[in-house]
Amino acid sequence: MATEPAFGSAVPTLSDDSRARGPWTQALHRFSRDGSALAAALVLVVVVVASLLAPIYAGRIAGVDPFSSNLEGEITLAGENIPVLAPSTEGLGIGVIPIGPTWQLNTYFLGADEQGRDVLARLLYGGRATLFIGSASTAITLVLAAFVGICAGFFGGWIDRVLSRVLDILWAFPIYLLAISLSIVLLNSRIELGPLVIDSSSLIIPIIIIGVIYVPYVARPIRGQVLALRKSDFVTAAIGLGVPPHRILARDILPNVITTLIVFVPLMMALNIATETALSFLSLGVQSPGASWGTIIRDGQSLLYSRPWVSTAPGLVIIVTIVALNILGDGVRDAFDPRAKLRP
Amino acid sequence: MTASQVERERFVRGRSCIQPSLSIALVALGLFPGLSHAAENRADLMQAHRGGTVRVVAKSAGGTIDPQINYAPLYWSYYGGVYDGLVTFRKAGGTDSLTIVADLAEAMPSVENAGKTYVFKLRKGIKFSNGKDLTTDDVVASFQRIFKVSSPTSGTWYKDIVGADACLAKPADCTLDGGVVADKSKWTITINLTAPDGEFLDKLSMPHASILPAETVGKDVGIDPIPGTGPYAFESYDPNKALIWARNPHFKEWSVEAQPDGYADRFELRFGLTADAQVNAIINDQADVMFDQPPASRLAELGTRFPTQVHLDPQLAFWYLPLNVNLAPFDNLKARQALAHAIDLKAVVNFFGGRNLATPTCQILPPGMQGYKPFCLHTKDPGSKWTAPDLEKAKQLVDESGTKGQTVTILTEDGEISRNIGSYLQSVLNQIGYNANIKSISGNIHYGYIQNTSNKVQISVTQWYADYPAASDFLNVLLGCGSFREGSDSSPNISGFCDKDLQAQMDKALALGITDQAGELWAAIDQGMMKQVPLIPLFNPKQVTLVSKRMGNFQFSKATNTWAYTLGWVR
Repeated sequence: MATEPAFGSAVPTLSDDSRARGPWTQALHRFSRDGSALAAALVLVVVVVASLLAPIYAGRIAGVDPFSSNLEGEITLAGENIPVLAPSTEGLGIGVIPIGPTWQLNTYFLGADEQGRDVLARLLYGGRATLFIGSASTAITLVLAAFVGICAGFFGGWIDRVLSRVLDILWAFPIYLLAISLSIVLLNSRIELGPLVIDSSSLIIPIIIIGVIYVPYVARPIRGQVLALRKSDFVTAAIGLGVPPHRILARDILPNVITTLIVFVPLMMALNIATETALSFLSLGVQSPGASWGTIIRDGQSLLYSRPWVSTAPGLVIIVTIVALNILGDGVRDAFDPRAKLRP
Repeated sequence: MTASQVERERFVRGRSCIQPSLSIALVALGLFPGLSHAAENRADLMQAHRGGTVRVVAKSAGGTIDPQINYAPLYWSYYGGVYDGLVTFRKAGGTDSLTIVADLAEAMPSVENAGKTYVFKLRKGIKFSNGKDLTTDDVVASFQRIFKVSSPTSGTWYKDIVGADACLAKPADCTLDGGVVADKSKWTITINLTAPDGEFLDKLSMPHASILPAETVGKDVGIDPIPGTGPYAFESYDPNKALIWARNPHFKEWSVEAQPDGYADRFELRFGLTADAQVNAIINDQADVMFDQPPASRLAELGTRFPTQVHLDPQLAFWYLPLNVNLAPFDNLKARQALAHAIDLKAVVNFFGGRNLATPTCQILPPGMQGYKPFCLHTKDPGSKWTAPDLEKAKQLVDESGTKGQTVTILTEDGEISRNIGSYLQSVLNQIGYNANIKSISGNIHYGYIQNTSNKVQISVTQWYADYPAASDFLNVLLGCGSFREGSDSSPNISGFCDKDLQAQMDKALALGITDQAGELWAAIDQGMMKQVPLIPLFNPKQVTLVSKRMGNFQFSKATNTWAYTLGWVR
């Protein structure tokens, strides 16, 4: 019977198989045999590639500007000129409804929103913003969490006490309340830190907010893991031999923690995307005329009865992406750290 | 006679008395439904339709129930059937409602002393809903109470009453000595003003001048209803749940025009439904009237599937963009003109539901108002109406103004229409060379926020609905020097605009009252204002009201921009 792999284990026990194929190769091998995870990865690749192709779709295929109002625009459909925003001509003749899905890739495939903008073009651009914010904030979360968790766990003493209390304070806040409060403060005016000026419409603001609020979710398990590693024989031996702390951290602690961080990547990204869409839905994330999946849902909220696709299309994409990230996360966890039960 | 002159003449006449022959002719043509019903045997109508409960739904409560403090459209719509003033706007629909008639006063007052003294004779035999008789003491005490509770309009509408200065300085000790004088033996009330006020009767017709029992506490009553003299009395009020009012057992109809007895027995105004949910409630026969406008996205459905249940009524109102003339870039006239030229009003109208619900406008006074003469200065072909946006000219003006590239923040409320207009405006501002961004805040705080200069709002999207039908209620209130108060949440001159010459003209027009000369003057002031573009008018809206199938005789008062609900029935 094969023994457990090295990942996630404070004291690795290596089998013959493990010696023959390094831990990374083993993890990749396990991952490649996980059909669900591979399918999820494929879905994510499609979403990412489609989002990256947004300018090509908007500029060359549909020929629209997804960030400008098009209230008087017309399109030609089956040889007939149709207004993008059509006033009702029946009954009392009240109400104006944006054009619905044409299901033709080159012209308002998913219809228009209330500003006469192409929903598919905005959906693709929105994907760029949402995925970028999700990825960048995940990077911030993991880097900060790793730094805080390792410092607190390794150095202990007053450093641990201070960092742990800061994490406790952050943890104590309801996460969305904290995010909304930070957003309101930061979006109210642009941020000027000496030469660094961040405009209120910059994506950096939601990235920082989302990146920071989830630090405790990752830092705590990392700290716990480092505390265990700190008491392990190989670290005790290194300290006894007079190895400087930075070398212990770099060569003994970090390599054992990195897999946990990798496992967290898809899971945190799913969480951060959900948070970004929630904040944008509340007008506290991506700012108009920019698009994210959350802002598009908000734009379509008032059209739910007449043009449901405006809201449901980004909603479906969010569901697909988050489910895919979670399945991928499970796959990565099984591949890298089969014994861990790390779910934020 | 031009169409505008006809409108103006109708308005001026409407506020004095409608010619009997004209009324009869219009009744015969069925053009005055209110008068038409009045002409029928009222007793028969009462017998046929009296009774039942009207279920009204609204998004949220409207604050205090105190009629001398509340300044929100929701309760102003319903005070009319509960409280009375000395005079009131006729309870009728459309332009019929523009006439001021005697209410608790026996007749319209005699105006003496060059327009500075009004003498009213009080009706006898009227009781409050608590059974107490109405006396002249109640009238004097009610006027004092306007100041004691620091009514929002005490310093504007009623400041010219003799003794008001002292009351404004020390509200708790207010006596209005020499200002409101009762003669108990003659049963008269004399109101003395420090200066003539051509709109004083309009102001007396407002809920803030409601006559309440003399013993009413001199502070905001909050959720405890005050007895009134109308056909209904508030029964209970829970801001988290509902406002209920039912028949006043002591009411006896004294004037069908001023305060007709209502048809329904009871009204239940329930809170907490979104506009969408309100529409659904009415479609499903769970409610009779929705207070809020139906969402724009459902208008087509309602207009097509339920046309007989939808009422469209013109309002004395306009949507507009206040431009802060004391902040860059709109402290520059050319920047303001540029934006006025760039906006496509036809497209903006679509956000409100299309051409059948809103009419583009380039001026401050709405159609039907004294002094209304249609004109449009900032359009492709200036003339009497808006034709098309002129983007080239707008860009040229931005270049000339030297404000190109500046940042502009648009502040909108979080409602669907405002937000859409804001997004469009952002697009236009970016097109003509600015760097625009948009912020939405809750509708509950938006209006106060944009009025306060401390918040440095450059441009916003808002609306103005006339308190009463007078040109000054638009021009003087929105752009008069006296309406601009720095650092205050109560500064309706949001633009911070003050032109001494135009103010002098407004003061002159105000003193002239309802005359042709004043009308000409208001028309000139309207144009004079728009040459300086302190605000950009967008459109004049219509009220859209969705009612249940069983709701009959729905009439909308143009004078008060409210539903004349005592005329409606559900049986």
